Amino acid sequence: MGTSHRVSRREFVGASAATVTALAFPLPAFAQAAPRVVVIGGGFGGASCARALKQIDPKLQVTLVEPNKTFTACPFSNIVIAGLRSIEAQQFGYDKIAAGGVTVVAQAATAVNAAARTVGLADGTSLSYDRLVLSPGIDLRFDALQGYDEAAAAKMPHAWKAGEQTLLLRKQLEAMDDGGLVVIAAPANPFRCPPGPYERACLIAHYLKTKKPRSKLLILDAKDTFSKQRLFQNAWKELYPGMVEWISLSQGGKVNAVDPATNTLITDFGNHTAQVANVIPPQRAGRIATVAGATDNTGWCAIDPVTFESKSAPNIHVIGDACLAGAMPKSAFTANAQAKVCAAAIATLISGGTPATPKLINTCYSLAAPDYGISVAGVYQPKNGLLADVEGAGGVSPADVPREFRAREADYAQSWFATITAEVFG
Amino acid sequence: MKALSVAVAIATVMASSPPVLAASVPPPGAASCSGCHTSGAAAASSVSRLYGRDAGEITTAMTGFRDGSFPATVMTRIAKGFTDDELRAIAAWLAAQK
Repeated sequence: MGTSHRVSRREFVGASAATVTALAFPLPAFAQAAPRVVVIGGGFGGASCARALKQIDPKLQVTLVEPNKTFTACPFSNIVIAGLRSIEAQQFGYDKIAAGGVTVVAQAATAVNAAARTVGLADGTSLSYDRLVLSPGIDLRFDALQGYDEAAAAKMPHAWKAGEQTLLLRKQLEAMDDGGLVVIAAPANPFRCPPGPYERACLIAHYLKTKKPRSKLLILDAKDTFSKQRLFQNAWKELYPGMVEWISLSQGGKVNAVDPATNTLITDFGNHTAQVANVIPPQRAGRIATVAGATDNTGWCAIDPVTFESKSAPNIHVIGDACLAGAMPKSAFTANAQAKVCAAAIATLISGGTPATPKLINTCYSLAAPDYGISVAGVYQPKNGLLADVEGAGGVSPADVPREFRAREADYAQSWFATITAEVFG
Repeated sequence: MKALSVAVAIATVMASSPPVLAASVPPPGAASCSGCHTSGAAAASSVSRLYGRDAGEITTAMTGFRDGSFPATVMTRIAKGFTDDELRAIAAWLAAQK
């Protein structure tokens, strides 16, 4: 297992010095060692990438660094919030990935030395790499909304990382009286899962309509437009008439501050006091990306769209929600698609080749009700240093179709979740 | 003797070839398919498995999705992002997967 190249901090210092010496006098012995790829982050991006690397080139020594023993998936977690799915259906382990030859290290990565090509772990040990993949997902910015810090999240859940927060929001909805006001605060772009707040509005409305029909749901938005907008707005009218209200940025929807003591959300245009407040704050790339020097002043990671190599940190690749992928949205499908392209590029680079220009697909389903699915899809290719939409392709589900079409897309959404989680973790 | 000559032949081929990756690197676009179309055992899924399917069938379906003659929910939108050559390469790669 990983012990072959995990060393203590004391040895690490010595090894760094040795590495410098070795770099100064390159020795053939180096070329004969199995190339090492370390992947940080065991979500849809990182776990997919670790697996794909091993499948493309079994000679690679692949290590997946992920402190959690169980992964809790965000896609479909809005159904958990609506009380229609168990959190356990969202949870996956790493045993099968380890059985496939990937070394899984259950530690947090705390340091990256891009010059020495080492990753420091929370237990004081370190890993050496030839190529590093960062798939750290997002960090919630607890400095962006006045009053919204980690303590406030225990009162006004974000539920934007699945797990305890998901269950907290569900419990709050269950405890709410009929006739209560639920408020969702949606952030400005870019953020994880662009259609997510609006799918959540639908599925919470589904719960309210079923269990607490006198209640209302208000979306306070820091944007004037959003993903699948017309489809969601049609669904609110069709499925939850009079229940869902959306206040856009220009209508005063941007939340500037919150008061967790009174469950109040404060905008330029007034205060909204909620029985249940779901505050989705602005986000940035997971912290290790900044530690590695891979983030820019936006808080996200600029990448080469062919290899996903960081534009600021050589030999470090960034995939998934953390990277700036141009037109590709921050979705699980995107992370998985990027992971496979990145893995092929790394294997090609390590074998001395030149990675081909890729094309990538995203498909993202949302449920407006358990039997009412809508989707957005896109095809992307590198253009002007970013991933750009292939013109003429992609787009959202048609607006005027029979309910049978929506039911089919809901069914495909279920199939997608089963398939992608099997590919990544099964 | 026969076994030895085969071994020598293999060794010769290996020595003269550039480094080869164990699995063929998928052509542009192909790696994304398995996000929805299972790459593993046929799962309880409404979406068809494409690995090992006839390349001609896949190409026919994709061109049909692209020109609208073959109705679908999402594939009509995705197929429009690929040229004939790209579709043929993707279909050939999918057909060659186990």
